[in-house]
Order: sequence, then structure tokens, then C-alpha cells
Amino acid sequence: MTTGSTEKVNGAKALIKCLENEGVDTLFGYPGGQIIPFYNELYDSDLRHILVRHEQAAAHAADGYARATGKTGVCVSTSGPGATNLVTGIATAYMDSVPIVALTGQVPRSLIGNDAFQEADITGITQPITKHNYLVQDPAEIPRIVKEAFHIASTGRPGPVLIDLPKDVQNIEIDLHYPDKVELRGYKPTYKGNTQQIKRAAEEIANSCRPIIYAGGGVISSNASAELVELAETILAPVTTTLMGISSIPTEHPLYVGMLGMHGCKYANYAIQESDLIIAVGARFDDRVTGKLESFAPNARIIHIDVDPAEISKNVKVHVPIVGDAKQVLKSLIKYIQRCNSAEWIEKINQWKKEYPLGYRQVSEDVVMPQFVVEQISEACKDAIIVTEVGQHQMWAAQFFKYSTPRTFLTSGGLGTMGYGFPAAIGAKVGRPDKTVINIAGDGSFQMNSQELATVVQNDIPVISVILNNGYLGMVRQWQELFYDRRYSCTFIKGSVDFVKLAEAYGALGLRAEKPSEVRPAIEEAIRSGRPAVVEVIVECEANVYPMVPAGAAINEIIDLEEH
Amino acid sequence: MKHTLAVLVENKSGVLSRVASLFSRRGYNIDSLAVGVTEDPDISRITIVVHGDDHVLEQVTKQLNKLIDVIKVSDIGGDEAVERELALIKVSADANTRGEIIQIANIFRARIVDVASKSMTVEVTGDESKIQAIEKLLRQFGIKELVRTGKIAMVRGSKKV
Repeated sequence: MTTGSTEKVNGAKALIKCLENEGVDTLFGYPGGQIIPFYNELYDSDLRHILVRHEQAAAHAADGYARATGKTGVCVSTSGPGATNLVTGIATAYMDSVPIVALTGQVPRSLIGNDAFQEADITGITQPITKHNYLVQDPAEIPRIVKEAFHIASTGRPGPVLIDLPKDVQNIEIDLHYPDKVELRGYKPTYKGNTQQIKRAAEEIANSCRPIIYAGGGVISSNASAELVELAETILAPVTTTLMGISSIPTEHPLYVGMLGMHGCKYANYAIQESDLIIAVGARFDDRVTGKLESFAPNARIIHIDVDPAEISKNVKVHVPIVGDAKQVLKSLIKYIQRCNSAEWIEKINQWKKEYPLGYRQVSEDVVMPQFVVEQISEACKDAIIVTEVGQHQMWAAQFFKYSTPRTFLTSGGLGTMGYGFPAAIGAKVGRPDKTVINIAGDGSFQMNSQELATVVQNDIPVISVILNNGYLGMVRQWQELFYDRRYSCTFIKGSVDFVKLAEAYGALGLRAEKPSEVRPAIEEAIRSGRPAVVEVIVECEANVYPMVPAGAAINEIIDLEEH
Repeated sequence: MKHTLAVLVENKSGVLSRVASLFSRRGYNIDSLAVGVTEDPDISRITIVVHGDDHVLEQVTKQLNKLIDVIKVSDIGGDEAVERELALIKVSADANTRGEIIQIANIFRARIVDVASKSMTVEVTGDESKIQAIEKLLRQFGIKELVRTGKIAMVRGSKKV
């Protein structure tokens, strides 16, 4: 169908044609009673549909697909429980500003509000966790709504959009006319930064001796990595990233000082605390980054570049706000800047890097340290897309893998969703079949969506999950150890399942490593196999993530390995 | 500090709930809220009175602007605007007190809109302080029921929001 032409089709078919028009090639979903008309039309369509085993996984897979490719991910579910199962995935995408469109079936219009079978008010439920949502009341509105949904999801600050489709709306015939453009008078994102503000930012930079660039997920979503690196190199400023900003600058870039915040590098936290100018790009001064707000970067002036005006001065007072797309703003900013008088500052930071390197202590010779596993993955497969679940392994994946290109570190940063990693890895692999995709998981998190082993086997999606099995819900156990007198309440999960047999039961490759010398060969075998695989690594059970800033402390009040 | 926000929104179902839930979700307090359609039938106007410092007001405004269905947000409080609320007050009244109630109503340019053997209903329009004042005066007769609208406001002069 070309835009401008008109044809007669039912609502479901119209929806599929609209998705095709938006360039969608893959859907992640799970059918059910109220979305059957859509699946009936999908049967004749060229769209690829990945059948998951739980709707939560469909939402995470769409999210992983979007983060890995930069395109909008699409997930589908039925009404009621199908739709509510998407909620965690939608909230995850919302918190991390990921463009996805969720399509949900709904009971027929005549039954809405009657507590009908499998009815849930999903537009009401998802109101606070979507950028926008629609309940389609009139089938003729499907083309406009789909066009708007994709536009809203992917522009400005990206985010999830949900379209709720009553069953009868899917069945009714309409004249399909796909609109060429959207008209939303209440939605006009600002992309180009204000020139005056950009010039003011350049002045601030010129006057700074201790500048630091603080980059977040916005740099990745606006594809601004090259501009970020150019900015840093031109003015000679160190770059720290948030968890979401990891991979926006190569880990081994000499100006990179690593992640900051609660589990950030000591030198990143010291650098931001002692800086006289923070150039924040696509980051939102989250509490995991700033620690105690009153003592955050006490001497710094702040330039804040963000596409979402509501993020400016939300948590910290900003001196030079610039609303706009990171890539466009950085491009114009670069025209006005020159090298700062920062040589001494860089020297000091390099000194800190030497003094306080990231590290870990080998407990004994034959015990596998979890950090070692991440280092081995990094060496075995430099170009992999790393996806994580949530917990200790997530922080180790952030700290010890050497990233070189953007969109290669996918993690649930804002919501912190355990169970995100495996399905998101599925989405990433489907979107980027050319890349090795490795889900670094914990034994707790992996079990939150392990049923997706069926999905990877059925659809032959060779995702590798490396499970750092320490027999604990490790991050909570670490907090219990440090702040709750080692009272390990409800965090012991050792012996949950034999992950090798679990993988094999689903028809995936299962491998286990128990000694340091077995780790690398197992990872390499999994990569070589080209099959969906699970590598279970039995790791030191009480290893902790360091450095660590206790919740509510200033970010230079750091607990490190030595103190413990 | 109190602020009066005029929020122009798409006249669609669900929009009021999006606006209202944003306030509760983000922990802002609504003092009053009034909504109705404007001269353009596709646009509704929500008048919200909110209290908070400049930081809160800035966040409220920005968060409202993020809603796709919100077209425009203007802070129109203060001397620059005409502000009105309407209240209906049902007062206990008998032959002895009826006259005095009518007198009070007249002073406030309020209207008697219903009379029964044991009550009168007064309709009063004005800003918040005027309505409080008449309420205070009528209390001595016994207020059986009181209902009031949220505030609506309009900028003085030929300017539009």
C-alpha cells in the first residue's frame, strides 16, 4: 500500500498494513481471545512474529530489539492478563526511554466497562508508564493512531506507546487511507538547541579548568557518540557515563573515567565531585548517580543538554539549560569550543586512575570470581552485544566488559527489572543477527524468564546466557551483609535448578564451568556452536560489588574492597 | 504560593484523567480544578489551582506539557486575571430569618435561586474570599448544604492565553 491510496480492509488487516508502512519487520507476541482477528490476518502477512512464552518477554524483546537497532520495537498481546503481563516490560521501556509500540486486544466495545471475561483497563493501567496510549473507539482511526503512535514513540524523548484494540474494531471493514504525516498540536519536540544558550555553554567551557562530561542514555538514543567523543577530545575533558550511557564512548578511550554513582569507579566519583563544570548530555541526575544531592559536585557549574525540558533542573539546579537533541546540540556546540586549560586536571585524574583502579580479590586459586567471568567474555568476544539482568552481575558487566561501540550494552537501568536480560537479548539478536549476543545473568534473575528457552529454541535464536551462579540473590545479600548484620533473610537460592539440564530439556546447549580454567573454553564453545546456549558458571558465592556508595551518602563516601 | 494554571487540552475522553493522575503521581496538590469546553469545540480548558514554590510550578508546567493531549499551559494568576468561583449554599430559613438572608445576599450581589418553607438556596459568584465571606455570614442561620465549583480565570484585556 502506498500512502495516499485507499482500499477496503478490516481493522486487523489495516493494522498490519500500517505496521508494514512504518517499516516494522518483526513482532514479539502471544495470541489470545481478543486479539485473534489480528493473528488471523498475520497468518497471511510477511511480518515475522516471534512467539514468546510469557507476554512480559514480548515487551522486553521489543525493547531489546529497539535498543540494539535504534528502530521502534513492537509487541502484541491479548486483553486482560495478556495486557497486564506486558506492564513490567512497558514500565522498563518507559524508565529507560526506549521506543516500543505495544498492541493489545480488548473486549468488544459493547462490553467495555462490564467486567467482561479477560477485560482490563489497560489504557488506565499504563497511563503513568507510557508516553501516550490509545483505546481505539472507531476502526476508521486505526491508520491515524498507528502513524501517531510510531511518531510519538520514536521522536523527542523516546518511550513506549500502547494501542488497545477492541475485538470488534479489528473485525469491522474500513477504507484504509494511510496518512502521510501526523498533526499533533500538543506535541512538538525541540531538536535544535537555542544558539544563545549554546554560546553561553561554550563560554562556560572556555572558563573551566576542571570540566567533566557526564553522558547518559540520551547520547546513545540520539546516536551522538561520535559527537560526544569529539567534544571530549576537543576541549580535553574526561567523560563519565551513567549505567545507561555505557558504550557511548569506548571503555578504553584515554579520556573515559568509567561509570559514576553508587557502583561507579572511584575516580569517576572523585572527578565529578571536584569538577568546576559538568556538561551533562542526555542524563537525568538520577539518585543512583548523585548520591546525597546536597553534597553533589559542590563547586560545579552545570550545563544540561536534554531533549526533555522536564528533566532540566528537576533534581539539580542547572546554570545553562539547553533543550534539544544531543546529536544536534553537540554538533553546534563543537563549532564554538576550544581546548580548555585542563592539562593539570587530566593529570590529576590519571593519577586517581592509577591509585584507585577497578579490581577484585581472587579468594582462592580454584574459585571462579564473577568479575573474572566478565573479563573472559570481554576477551573472547569484543564485539558482542551484552545484555544483562539486574543485580550484582549487572554491575560487574558494567564494570569489567570493554565496550567499543554504541548499542552494545543493554540493561534495565531505571526500573531495574530482573528477568529483563534474556528476553531483551532475544530481541537484540533478532534485530542484529550479525552480532554475538550474550546475556550476562544471575541465577536469580535468569529464573524470572527462563521459560524463554523455548522461544530461542523454537525460533533458532542463538542467544548465549552466561549465568553467574552464586546461589544467592546476590545484590540483596550484599546489602544484608553490609547494612543488615549478615542476616540473609530469604536470599539463599542455592540448588534451585541444574541450569545445564534445564537448557538441555528445552533443546538448547548447556555447559558448566566450575574452575577458572573452564570458563573461557565454555564461553568459546557456546559462541562456536551457533546454538541457543546456557553457560552456567559456579562463582564465589559471597563476592561483592565494589566500589559502593551507601544509599543516601555523598558519592565520594565510598566503601571499597580494601575497607572490607 | 498559589498559582492558577489555564491548561488547554484536546477535548477527548480520558484527558482529564491524564491531567489529574499526573498531579497525584508526582505528588503535587490540586487546590481546585474546573473543566469545560472553549470557544473551539475541539479544545477544553482546565483551570487548576496548585500551590507550591517556583520549582514545583516549573515542574508541574513541564510535566503537563509532556502530555500529548495538552496543547498549552499558562500561569494566569494574580492581578492580571479575572477569577471566579460559584457556590450554591442551602441555608436554614424561616419567616424570621428570611429577610436578613435576602439582605446579606443583596450585599454580596448573590441571588436567591430557591425558597422552601425551611430553607433558601443562595447562588453566589466571586473570588474565593467573597465566597468565604458570605459563607461565614450565613453560617449563623445554619448551612444545610454547600457546593462550590473550582475556580475559573481569564486574563484581563484583549490578550488570550
